[in-house]
Amino acid sequence: MAIPALRRYARALTRDADVADDLVQDTLVRALRSQHLFHGGELRSWLYTILINLNRNRLRTLARRPPLTVIGENDAPDMSGPEAGGRDIERALASLVEEQRTALLLVVLEGLSYRQVAEVQGVPIGTVMSRLARARVQIKAYLDSERPVLRRVK
Amino acid sequence: MKNNDLPVTEEELHAFVDGELPADRREAVEAWLAAHPEDAGRVGAWRAQSEAIRARYHDVAAQPVPARLKLDRMSYAARSWKIMAAAAVVAAFLVGGLAGWMARGIAAVAPGEFEMLTAQALDAHKLYVVEVRHPVEVPAAEADHLAQWLSKRVGYPMRAPNLERLGLNLVGGRLLPTKTGAAAAFFMYENASGDRFTLYCARAKMPNTAMHYNAADKASAVYWVDGNVAYVVSGAAERKQLWKVARAAYEQIEPRAAQPERGS
Repeated sequence: MAIPALRRYARALTRDADVADDLVQDTLVRALRSQHLFHGGELRSWLYTILINLNRNRLRTLARRPPLTVIGENDAPDMSGPEAGGRDIERALASLVEEQRTALLLVVLEGLSYRQVAEVQGVPIGTVMSRLARARVQIKAYLDSERPVLRRVK
Repeated sequence: MKNNDLPVTEEELHAFVDGELPADRREAVEAWLAAHPEDAGRVGAWRAQSEAIRARYHDVAAQPVPARLKLDRMSYAARSWKIMAAAAVVAAFLVGGLAGWMARGIAAVAPGEFEMLTAQALDAHKLYVVEVRHPVEVPAAEADHLAQWLSKRVGYPMRAPNLERLGLNLVGGRLLPTKTGAAAAFFMYENASGDRFTLYCARAKMPNTAMHYNAADKASAVYWVDGNVAYVVSGAAERKQLWKVARAAYEQIEPRAAQPERGS
């Protein structure tokens, strides 16, 4: 079923449960109302495409009023407990540029093939691969720079 | 075993991690990693990243879907949208000699007024394309009413061009004020992926011009003046795509009958 996967993807993309579900709802409304525009291909890829477009619009709107993009409670540093690892990867993902995060999560979390991601993002496969590569380098650099801090806390 | 002799590329290492590597290269990559501990370390780190991402968000998909995201709840909305989607089709109106018309060159236009109109159109574009639930005042399902209403308000016959040939469906339209207090017609289109384009039309006391392109922040515009009406097509697309949309719109717009310089 597509909806749980869309929720998961939106959550990873936005890091905010409410924003993510709003995004999924808008995606579904839009998909339903424009189903006549769906010209075959894969329904799942199409849904991801819509979701990504809506998220890009959302980020644009946020960018226009920067003072409102306050850092949420979810970002509060919490270096203890089993959640610490999850927060690490969350912050590492947040440090990526949008297209890289979008591509990496489609491959790693949603299991889309490179070809499908290329279709969703409307770019050649080579571009998808370089986005993936850059995302992985950035995440590794982020985590490597975080680790010493974590050790000191222990 | 020729395949095993080729050096392993960076891309293949990623493909290996993501399960995208062709079967006949797997052995070669595994041998490479055994001989190159640094690459093996990177591959291990990438795998750990993937695992951490999946572990972090795995739960979300396992949770029950909230009621507001259930499709049966949305079917009502979907039904009305579907009617709207069955937009009335405007008769194709092909204008010959577009190339010749475009080659007339740039007429002497007061740049201030033109720039102002384009800026207004772009502002309207950026304001309304992000709207999910209320992007337009009158939906495409009421195309006839939309045409009548806008024509009456702007003071000349105005009908939304049909851009379905380009995969663009009319979302609907709205009335906007211009800075000079006149009325402007504003139409919105979208394609299957949700990319939106808008057409802004306002009366302008200017001679006809060729099409101009203006790349602005986040959205670009192609604009022209024809028969004392300025048209601005805006979208986040690249230049070539925007030109296509503008040309298609131009071809669909009926030349003003009362055009003095067109004669008869």
